[in-house]
Amino acid sequence: MPQMIIANRLRDGVVVFLAPGEAWEPAIAAGSVIDNDEEAARLLAIAKQHESDCRVIDPQLIEVEVRDGKLRPVAIREVVRAFGPTVRTDLTEV
Amino acid sequence: MYRYDEFDTRFVHERVAQFRRQVNRRLVGELTEDQFRPLRLMNGLYLQMHAYMLRINVPYGTLSSKQLRKFAYIARTYDKNYGHFTTRQNIQYNWIKLEDTPDILKHLADVEVTGIQSSGNCVRNITSDQYAGRAKDELADPRIYCELLRQYSFLHPEFSYLPRKFKIAVTGSPNDRAAVAVHDIGLRMHENEQGQIGFEVLVGGGLGRTPYIGQTIRKWLAPEYLLSYVESILRIYNMQGRRDNIHKARIKIIVNQMGIDKYRELVDQDFEFTKNGALKVPDEEVERIHAYFAPPQYETLVDQTEALEKLRATDKAFDRWMRGNVVDHKVPGYAIVNISLKAPAKAPGDITADKMDAVADLADRHSFGEVRVSHRQNLVLVDVKQAELHELWQELAALELATPNLGLLTDIICCPGLDFCSLANARSIPIAQDISRAFTDLDELQKIGQFTINISGCMNACGHHHVGHIGILGVDKRNEEFFQLTLGGSSDQHASLGDRLGPGLPQSQVPAAIRKIVDTYLVTRQHGERFLDTYRRVGVEPFKNAVYGDQSQAA
Repeated sequence: MPQMIIANRLRDGVVVFLAPGEAWEPAIAAGSVIDNDEEAARLLAIAKQHESDCRVIDPQLIEVEVRDGKLRPVAIREVVRAFGPTVRTDLTEV
Repeated sequence: MYRYDEFDTRFVHERVAQFRRQVNRRLVGELTEDQFRPLRLMNGLYLQMHAYMLRINVPYGTLSSKQLRKFAYIARTYDKNYGHFTTRQNIQYNWIKLEDTPDILKHLADVEVTGIQSSGNCVRNITSDQYAGRAKDELADPRIYCELLRQYSFLHPEFSYLPRKFKIAVTGSPNDRAAVAVHDIGLRMHENEQGQIGFEVLVGGGLGRTPYIGQTIRKWLAPEYLLSYVESILRIYNMQGRRDNIHKARIKIIVNQMGIDKYRELVDQDFEFTKNGALKVPDEEVERIHAYFAPPQYETLVDQTEALEKLRATDKAFDRWMRGNVVDHKVPGYAIVNISLKAPAKAPGDITADKMDAVADLADRHSFGEVRVSHRQNLVLVDVKQAELHELWQELAALELATPNLGLLTDIICCPGLDFCSLANARSIPIAQDISRAFTDLDELQKIGQFTINISGCMNACGHHHVGHIGILGVDKRNEEFFQLTLGGSSDQHASLGDRLGPGLPQSQVPAAIRKIVDTYLVTRQHGERFLDTYRRVGVEPFKNAVYGDQSQAA
């Protein structure tokens, strides 16, 4: 199953996804989708380095899928993290 | 209201300055997250699902209008325009930036509130009756003793690294509105045979993964020994409590494993040694603190019974609000007004910055500038002239803060759940909203009568689900949210833990299940019975049959 790397940004706690160019983006759609274990290990190592560099906290690989044409995490918890609280959709921009 | 002395003020501001340096060191990498986490938690700062969450103590649920306005300012300036009141009478902000936190704490320190000890394995915010000092049924104002305990436990070097967090609640009334039986220590003020007011001391209560009702460790304790006795309980816990397993580290586990008699014996041994030492509370100290809680300058008034009855007779909506949300005051001519934060389909306990400001203004105009927070996540104006009730009701209604559902089925306790909390397994707020939407008829709610629904998004039980008349616990089963119902819980003076009704239900079936439980109650109840009374009389079976029918093995 495809994966992505999710974390919280250190300065403000905002949920971010590792994106091309080693950037961190709040929108899941901007994140890098990882299709193989080698790439997952390589990008996770980069993410861990960013954690040491005080850019993000607790980067983790999560499983993602495309549903109704939209990229989204598989686990409910990560769906809520990715798209914001389901009870306050007015508060999140992604 | 208690005011910081010179030491408090200096210390809290020094702590803010320390934390500012710690945050700066974290941001430039001089501290790792593992090093920083305990430092931020000591100041009430968590990292949650979407951002940092800041928890600020409201000691025993008492606030000034000035403090509430500051909460509004923080919500507006640093958060997303709202705050969330919790079951520990605290406020939480869900959208805080780490880099803003020192400034926020500085603003809060300026009005004498802090997040210190709102997290961590220490004595947490001491909670109490939201009507303290005003309730007609009260023996004595419990806040004096809450404040004594707050000062004693604040930064106590021996008890800053307990095996686990420690929660104390105090009630001065025989009608327990502070849920003292489900606290690590619960204190009930009552009179002994000589007519002296003291404390019944309960220990080992708590909710979470392993819920227990507290047991009486001492039937009557003289107030001058309050600190020394509490210290003995804490000391035995600190020595005997488990530190090897977080799920077995609360005092309730050790009390129930060794038995209350053995725990009492150990406490009494320690207490005999320490009781007359430095912690024996002198009368002068009680009087000194008591002065901070002196009642406001009430006018000499008479009850407005006739005038209010006239208004109620001509205005059904006002009558409904009076019946539900207004409570007798011990001073003639005054009343206690509850402000429900459970408007239809809103997140329980949430309030916007503008409404916080508006409530602060109303408190200034109608209630001597004081606001209370209840553990049921509502606000209270405790000193309202009866002659001003109709005007206040109109003002609250204009703010959509006059929902007349206090103590009724839609006055739901609800934790933030998986929408916000990184510990949660399921979303709790949508369940509260669904139930609220399913029970909109105010006449029906009053017909159903006193009813509590408490919802938690995980077994940590911040939503007190074990002690709701109906408790709802969110669980995750293979990445799907299910909700387990319990019936018959109560956190009052006859506290009980709910019984599990049956297998978990998907979210879509919860409102219908609540409806079936309510319908069964309405046809089963006898004259004057609350749901809880009927449940205790007939047991779980009729309700189980109503909800599950012949498919009780489903899900």
